[in-house]
Amino acid sequence: METVTMTLVQQPELYLECYSVTPDLFAGKSLAEIAELPAHEGKILWKLGDFFKFEGKSGATAAETKIVVNGNVKRMKRFGQQMTGGEIVINSDADMYVGGWMRGGKITVKGNADSFLGIAMEGGEILIEGDAQNHVGSAYRGDWRGMSGGLIRVKGKAGNDIGTAMTGGTIIIEGNAFIHVLTHAEGGTVIIKGDVEGRVGGQMVKGDAYIFGNLLYPLPGFKKIGTVEKEVDGTTYTFDQYIGDLGERKTKKKGEIIYGNIYMKI
Amino acid sequence: MPRILESIGCPFCGCSCDDIRVTVSDDGNTILEVENACSIGSEIFLNASRTNRITRPRLRQPDGTMREITYEEAIDITARAIIRAKKPLMFGFGSTTSESQAAAARVMELGGGVLDNCASICHGPSLMAVFDNGYPTCTLGEVKNRADVIVYWGANPIHAHPRHMSRYAIYPLGFFTENGHLRRTVIVIDPRKTDTANIADYHLQIKPGRDYELFNAFRMAVQGFEDEIFETVSGIPRQMILEVSTILKQAKFGVIFFGMGLTHTDGRNHNVDIAISLVRDLNSSSKWSIMAMRGHYNVAGPNIVWSWTFGFPYCLDLTRKTHAHMNPGETSSVDLAMRDEVDLFINIGTDAAAHFPIEAVRHLKKNFWICIDPHVSMAAEIADLHIPVGIAGVEVPGIVYRMDNVPIQFRSVISPPDGVLSDEEVLLRIADRLEERTGSRYGIPDSEKAGQNTNGYRSATG
Repeated sequence: METVTMTLVQQPELYLECYSVTPDLFAGKSLAEIAELPAHEGKILWKLGDFFKFEGKSGATAAETKIVVNGNVKRMKRFGQQMTGGEIVINSDADMYVGGWMRGGKITVKGNADSFLGIAMEGGEILIEGDAQNHVGSAYRGDWRGMSGGLIRVKGKAGNDIGTAMTGGTIIIEGNAFIHVLTHAEGGTVIIKGDVEGRVGGQMVKGDAYIFGNLLYPLPGFKKIGTVEKEVDGTTYTFDQYIGDLGERKTKKKGEIIYGNIYMKI
Repeated sequence: MPRILESIGCPFCGCSCDDIRVTVSDDGNTILEVENACSIGSEIFLNASRTNRITRPRLRQPDGTMREITYEEAIDITARAIIRAKKPLMFGFGSTTSESQAAAARVMELGGGVLDNCASICHGPSLMAVFDNGYPTCTLGEVKNRADVIVYWGANPIHAHPRHMSRYAIYPLGFFTENGHLRRTVIVIDPRKTDTANIADYHLQIKPGRDYELFNAFRMAVQGFEDEIFETVSGIPRQMILEVSTILKQAKFGVIFFGMGLTHTDGRNHNVDIAISLVRDLNSSSKWSIMAMRGHYNVAGPNIVWSWTFGFPYCLDLTRKTHAHMNPGETSSVDLAMRDEVDLFINIGTDAAAHFPIEAVRHLKKNFWICIDPHVSMAAEIADLHIPVGIAGVEVPGIVYRMDNVPIQFRSVISPPDGVLSDEEVLLRIADRLEERTGSRYGIPDSEKAGQNTNGYRSATG
C-alpha cells in the first residue's frame, strides 16, 4: 500500500469541505494532480493545494492508497465521503460527515469527530479514538435508510441519534450516549458500553441494542421476555432481553412477528 | 369621513385572522380603530400610524453613531457585502410577505449563501419529522366544522395564538359542531398549569422533556397493549393514559395541535415524529389530524415558497450553485453562528438579536450585520446597516400562508411613509445589483474568488 501524507499549511477562515480527500480520488494521481483537486470554503472554490502540502505517492487503486492527514483539521468536513476502499488516518480532530455514505475501506480519527459521522454508511470501518457528536450512523434528513453495513467504533462518548433508521451494520460506543438509539431502525446493531439517558429503540421495527451501563428512562414500549447469554464484541455476557417497540408497526417472518431487541447487561 | 375596511388580515400570529375591521382616517394615513383582532394584533396596526418611524437607511459610523444614507447606497453596500462574503447568511421571513420570500430566494441564489427562516428556531424539527413520517393534516376550516376532540400538546394558545380557540378550535359553531365548546373535549398536555390548561377537560401535567415516552404509551394503548404500560409514564398514571386514549379512539374527528413544547425539548423532531405515528395509529379506528402551531402569520410561507423553488423548506445552503443542500445541525442559523461558519449576517422580517441565544448573537456580531426591518428592533439597534421598510400586512400587501398552509391575500390599510420601500422592492433591487456587479444571471462565477483571509465585509462599509 502506498501512502500520501498531507500536512496542513493554511487554516481556512471558515470551514473547508474536504470531499476530495478519499483514496478513490487520490488513486492513480501524481502529487501535483492531487493538489489540484477541489475543495469549497463557503461559495469559494479552492484547490486542496491551497491548504495542504503533499508528500509520498498514491497507489494505483483506492484499495492500495493510504492517506495520512497531519495538522489540526478540526475545521474541515467530509473526509472520506463516499470512499470505497483504502485507508485514511487523521491525526487530529475532524469536523462533520467523516465517512459519510462510505462503502469500504477504513478511517481512523485520532481525536474527536463531530456530528453526522458515517451517515448512511454502507460498508467499511470507522474508528474514532475520541468522542463523536450527534447522528452517528444515522440517515440523512428525510431518508428512511440509515447505516446499512460496516462498523463504527467510538472509543469515547456520543450524543443523540445513534443509528437512526439504521438497516444494518454495527455501531459500538465505548462511552456514554445521550438519547435516541436505533430510533426508527429496521435492522443493525448498536452496542453502548456506557450509560444511556433514554429513548432506546423508539419506533424500532427490527434491530439489536446492547446496553452495558444504566438506561435512565426506559421506554414503555418494551417488554422483558427473559435472560440470555450473548457474545458481544468478543466476550460473552448475560443480558435481560426486552422486545419492542410494541407500539410500532410489526413485520412478520415465516408467520412469526419480528420485534426489535434491547439487551440490558446484568 | 373615516373609511371602514372589512376582512383585513392580521399580521401577528399563525392564525392569520382575516376578519379584522380597520377604521382609517379621512386622509388614509392614520389607523383610528381596530376591531375583532386580539390585543397584540391591534397594537401592530395602531403602532404603524404612530410617529418616530425611521424612514431612511442608516449606516454605522466608525464612532458608533448611525448616519442616514440613501436606499441606493444601502442596496449597493448590501450587494457588495454579499459578493465579498464567502458564506453570507440571510435569516428571518416570519413576518413578511411571500413575494419578498421569493425575492430573497433570488438574492441568495445569485449571492451563494445560506437562506434560513424562523422555523430554524421554532418548528423546523416539525418539518424534519414531516420528511421522515408524513403529515396527516387538515385545514382550520375542517377543525371548526368537524372536530370534536382537540389536543393541545406543548402549546399555550391563550397567550401565543389568542384567537385560535375562539375562531377555529374550541368555541366556534361549525357545520357538524353546532354546539361549539359544549360538545368538544379539550385535552391539554403541558408541564405547567397554563391558562389553556385551566379551560381543558383533561390536563395531563407531564414531566418536562418526557413527551416521547408518553406518546409511546399512548401508542401502546391504541394498539391493544394496555397491560404492558408502566404504572406511571412521564408522571401520568396508567389509568389516566387509558382513559384519555379511549377518548382519542372514540373521537369523530380529532386534531392534535402541538407547539414549542415538542420542538424545543430533547428529541425535537422525534417528539413530533412519534406524534405523527400516533395520529396514523388513531386513523385505523377514527379520524385524526395533526397541525403545528406555527408562530408568525407567515412563518409557513418561506417553507412553501422555498420548497417549490429549491426543494427544501429552510436551512438552505446555496453556496454551491449546482444544487441546494439542507441539513439542520449544520446549515441551521444558530449552528452556523456558534461554529463561526458564516461571515455576513442579514436579518429580515424577524428579530434574531432578540430570539437567538445571546452567544450566537455575539458570534454573528463579529461580522457585518445588516437588518431590514420597519422598526428599531434589537437586531436594528445593533446593526451596522439598518434598512427600514414598510410594515407587511399593514402598509404592504401580499400573500401569506396560515399555519395550515392555506394562502391568504393580505391587503394594505395605509400607505408606508413617503419614499419607504417594501421588503420585496429592497430585495429585488439587491438582486439586480448583484447581477450588474457580477455580470451574471446565474450567480457569482467561481473565478471571482475573494482574497484568502481578508475581512472583505469590513471594507464593504467604507
